[in-house]
Amino acid sequence: MKKFLSIAVLSTILLSSCKKDSTPEYDPNVKADLSVEFDNIAGTADLQLNTGNYTNAAGESFKVTKLKYYVSNFKLTNANGTVYTVPQNDSYFLIDESDPATHEAELSVPEGEYTSVSFVLGVDSLRNTMDVSQRTGVLDVSGAAADMYWSWNSGYIFFKMDGTSPSIPAMGGVFQYHVGGFGGYSSPQPNNLKTITLDLTARGTPKVKASKSTNIHLMVDILKALGGTTTMSFATIAMIHSAAPGTPVANNYTNMIRHDHTEN
Amino acid sequence: MNRKYWLFIIFFLAGIYACQKEVTDTIPAPFVGFQKPTNFPEPVYHFNTNTVTKDGFELGRKLFYETMLSANNTISCGSCHIQTAAFTHHGHTVSHGIFDRMGTRNSPPIMNLAWNSSFMWDGGIADLDLQAVAPITNHLEMDETMPNVLNKLRSSPQYPALFKKAYGSEDITTTAFLKSLSQFMAMCVSSNSKYDSVMRHQGNATFTADELAGRELVKQKCGNCHQEPLFTDNSFRNNGLAISMVNDEGRYLVTQNSADRYRFKVPSLRNLAYTAPYMHDGRLLTLSAVLDHYTTQVQNTPNLDPLLQQNSTLGIPLTAEEKTRITAFLNTLNDRSFLFDKRLSD
Repeated sequence: MKKFLSIAVLSTILLSSCKKDSTPEYDPNVKADLSVEFDNIAGTADLQLNTGNYTNAAGESFKVTKLKYYVSNFKLTNANGTVYTVPQNDSYFLIDESDPATHEAELSVPEGEYTSVSFVLGVDSLRNTMDVSQRTGVLDVSGAAADMYWSWNSGYIFFKMDGTSPSIPAMGGVFQYHVGGFGGYSSPQPNNLKTITLDLTARGTPKVKASKSTNIHLMVDILKALGGTTTMSFATIAMIHSAAPGTPVANNYTNMIRHDHTEN
Repeated sequence: MNRKYWLFIIFFLAGIYACQKEVTDTIPAPFVGFQKPTNFPEPVYHFNTNTVTKDGFELGRKLFYETMLSANNTISCGSCHIQTAAFTHHGHTVSHGIFDRMGTRNSPPIMNLAWNSSFMWDGGIADLDLQAVAPITNHLEMDETMPNVLNKLRSSPQYPALFKKAYGSEDITTTAFLKSLSQFMAMCVSSNSKYDSVMRHQGNATFTADELAGRELVKQKCGNCHQEPLFTDNSFRNNGLAISMVNDEGRYLVTQNSADRYRFKVPSLRNLAYTAPYMHDGRLLTLSAVLDHYTTQVQNTPNLDPLLQQNSTLGIPLTAEEKTRITAFLNTLNDRSFLFDKRLSD
């Protein structure tokens, strides 16, 4: 009987240790690679600069020649509710459709299972008012940010979509939708900063471990930037070059990003 | 023999002394960085992130007069900000930039910018360090890109060494470039007018009776906006200019707040003798035309400043005698030494 008991105890220990082995062990003190991919699409089609022909919610046909936007201030919430904020200096990315090397925001986060991700579409007001020495990398106005910056009203352009549409009568049918506006330095100005939070559980919870790299694949549907809250018509508004006219587009693009899948 | 010996020693020492004197004469005066004039308030510029050094300032000066900052290497900052016009574009209502393209606004003076809380007529720029990006990239002004400017400087034979001298590295970065320009601009301090001498009790400087009366009038009738000693309160106001064909909406273009429509930054009254024409678009060519504007020409346009519509009259009532006295006082704000300060010259 004593022997039987000890066998039972031993096997229980063995079983429980087996069970323990089957679930991944996360060490919150260990950092692991996590990439967030921004895959630009137009409705049901992959976005093709210059060649792809798309139709907006107003029924106008158009082509896109340039698409660039900032994503910054990434935060990840894990299964037990802990929020990890990526250090701000490592948290600015400029997604440029013409340069595939920019399509993924490469983050380093503690190991864990993450249930949601949030980020700012644009450049937060704090960084927008920081000393020029803090504006390096994708924020360098003589570098990557050279065409993503309003010099006459100091501030970054958050989202830039240029293209052509036969519905625009003037200027070779060119449209330029440049959205910016962080709220102003000293007096209130339009604020088009948008924080986007996405649930990650429905389409594959990212399981981040140092032994591998995990990719959160997001779909960015530019048609949704042109419709949703406000239907944008290129024939009516072809040029947006300051903050207030960009507000309807910013309200629209809050809903343009969805989680498609996770590569664990 | 003894006497000869002593004479020799005396001549020898005298010779050494003379030599030394000559040597000390040729040593340039030590570089004096930014100094707040004693009658000025504390500056608002953040010198704590940009200490003015001799090499940084001299690099900034060279960049200020550098034509490579423009698309076709023809114009520099100094082209529209001419020192002998207190760093304005004297005689130009609005400035012409590259290829003689015309802008819509009058080139403001590079003067006492360390006390400015915002830049441009509409205050669109809040940090002096970011100011230079605007004219460099403006299609009507220098029409260049920032990456091109830095690349031109990087491939020039002289600039990498100058940046190294100022910042310890040949890397020509955005920060080093813009901070150098800020050092030069912050050093463009004009504080040696007769008014300043009187305020600082220098020598026996005193106002004449007209100047003194003029000062009181300016305090009473203009001083709410043009506050001493910088003669601006850095606010944005609509001073009742008729709306022109250009329909420049001023600060509204920046804030997109309709209460800011037709408001422009209150300019300083210093160095008016050298900075004609006046107003954001240079429409008034003489000082007397400016005074006439305030007495009889003020238009009731949207957001007209309340100070210009008191007692249900538009403008500021002034008699001919009052205008003479005001003009006398305004002339004490001219600082000729600023125009010929060699440290600020090309």
